[in-house]
Amino acid sequence: MFDQKIIEMLLEGIRDTLYMTLVSALMGYAVGLPLGVVLNVTRSGGLKPNRIIYRILDIFCNIIRSIPFLILLILLIPFTRALVGQSYGSTATIVPLVVCAAPYIARMVESALNEVDAGVIEAARAMGASNMQIILKVLLVEAKTSLVTGATITTGVLLGYSAMSGTVGGGGLGDIAVRYGYYRWKTDIMLVTVALLIIIFQIIQNLGMKVASGIDHRKK
Amino acid sequence: MSEIEIKNLTKRFEAGGHEIVALNDVSLSIEKGEIYGIIGMSGAGKSTLVRSINYLEVPNEGRVLIGGTDLSKLSEKELRIKRRDIGMIFQGFNLLEQKNVIDNVCFPLEISGMPKKKAREKARELLDTVNLSDKEKSYPSQLSGGQKQRVAIARALATNPDILLCDEATSALDPQTTESILSLLKEINEKLNITIVVITHQMSVITDICSKVAIIENGRLVEEGLVEEIFASPKTDVARELIANKKSRYSPIDSLKSERVIRIVFSENSAFEPVISNVILKFNAPVNILGADTRNVGGKAKGEILLGLPDDEDIQNHIIAYLKERGLSVTEVREGV
Repeated sequence: MFDQKIIEMLLEGIRDTLYMTLVSALMGYAVGLPLGVVLNVTRSGGLKPNRIIYRILDIFCNIIRSIPFLILLILLIPFTRALVGQSYGSTATIVPLVVCAAPYIARMVESALNEVDAGVIEAARAMGASNMQIILKVLLVEAKTSLVTGATITTGVLLGYSAMSGTVGGGGLGDIAVRYGYYRWKTDIMLVTVALLIIIFQIIQNLGMKVASGIDHRKK
Repeated sequence: MSEIEIKNLTKRFEAGGHEIVALNDVSLSIEKGEIYGIIGMSGAGKSTLVRSINYLEVPNEGRVLIGGTDLSKLSEKELRIKRRDIGMIFQGFNLLEQKNVIDNVCFPLEISGMPKKKAREKARELLDTVNLSDKEKSYPSQLSGGQKQRVAIARALATNPDILLCDEATSALDPQTTESILSLLKEINEKLNITIVVITHQMSVITDICSKVAIIENGRLVEEGLVEEIFASPKTDVARELIANKKSRYSPIDSLKSERVIRIVFSENSAFEPVISNVILKFNAPVNILGADTRNVGGKAKGEILLGLPDDEDIQNHIIAYLKERGLSVTEVREGV
């Protein structure tokens, strides 16, 4: 159906899409996870309530999350260029993806940690645990199922956003869909990229949920 | 020196612009090796009191001394280390749901920095003490309430504490399980000579295992002393109410209501004399038995009877005097209490 060149291009597209999605998810967590922990710890009723820090981070997260990704992508072009030297291609796309994902992840982490039973935290305090020990050994461990579920959802969102970045030359399957399907009227290639995106999404979602329920010891 | 000394403790909370006094000038001391009960209705402030003993709740005024150490004088780090000497169990068990039984018991040891292998050995020993050796690899969700509380007890004992705080530890359990947990606590108390503080709203928990009791009402300590004495002759309304447990027991149905109701308590030696029969014969007046029960109070059998007295006030007073002469403790019971 397709010649060698197009198949190679599609394979490259898959590789680039996975690269953008996974790397931005990882880097997003590097920023978002600590941010989410701080949000949980500083909220009123948290381990170390601090209204000022909470308010600042709260507003910061809301501002970034309220900007549509496509606009964020364009807004960040100068920043991206300064950081990676160019504003197009897969690596450049990772920059806005991380900026977009970090506050999203922070919220996911915050709400996952909020669900940890206050009694368990109190028990840990009664045992003489420090706040750091409670965060590392109680909060993050007890919330691990929600955290993995959150990571799965986040990765799915990032997959979609990485495809969206194709409209501005972001690389990956989205880029191919835009260039061939939209500009050159090659509907067949566009349909294939869409099918590939669906398959990748399904794999991420199923894998994530399987892991989440596999590590959960609460109800068995 | 007392093991636990609470001096003029006051704790206030802010709630919706109102100030709530949870504890009001409470002082008490608990000796080493005692099982000390703190009882009160819900909202009386007993949970706040027990949380002050390990400073989970920092009081506004007053001092808490544990083995002579004033907790307010400790730095945050020193306080965390001190808390290892004070184990705690809870109504909701508060086990780590994502860790199995042995890892739960190891948890306080892990926090204290004990090597894993040594911690496991200690944890196995404790699981043996609480009879759960076979559940080592189970997760809390696979255990019954009683088993969860046993794990919690093993966990609380892991750091070899001098004190064990029990915050409504049996309130979520059925009567049989409650009994087995209480006898486990008693056994631990005898074996390890550990001081146990029991918070509860059930008088039966107090009479089963405690030697001394403090009664808390509206943040104040209203009565304190030996369980035996307070059970036999409660001085305050709260104490009477808590002993009665159910209000209905003192006013069963309208037609049985007498003018005056008294509660008499027998101890083992006074149970030989047929007092009630003697009263009826001596005063030639009927008395109405409204309720009777025997209870185990600190290992001694105590009988209690609720009597409805005849209408004549003279006879009533004579009967009460007669019973008191016989060495029985007599308390008047107000209707509905």
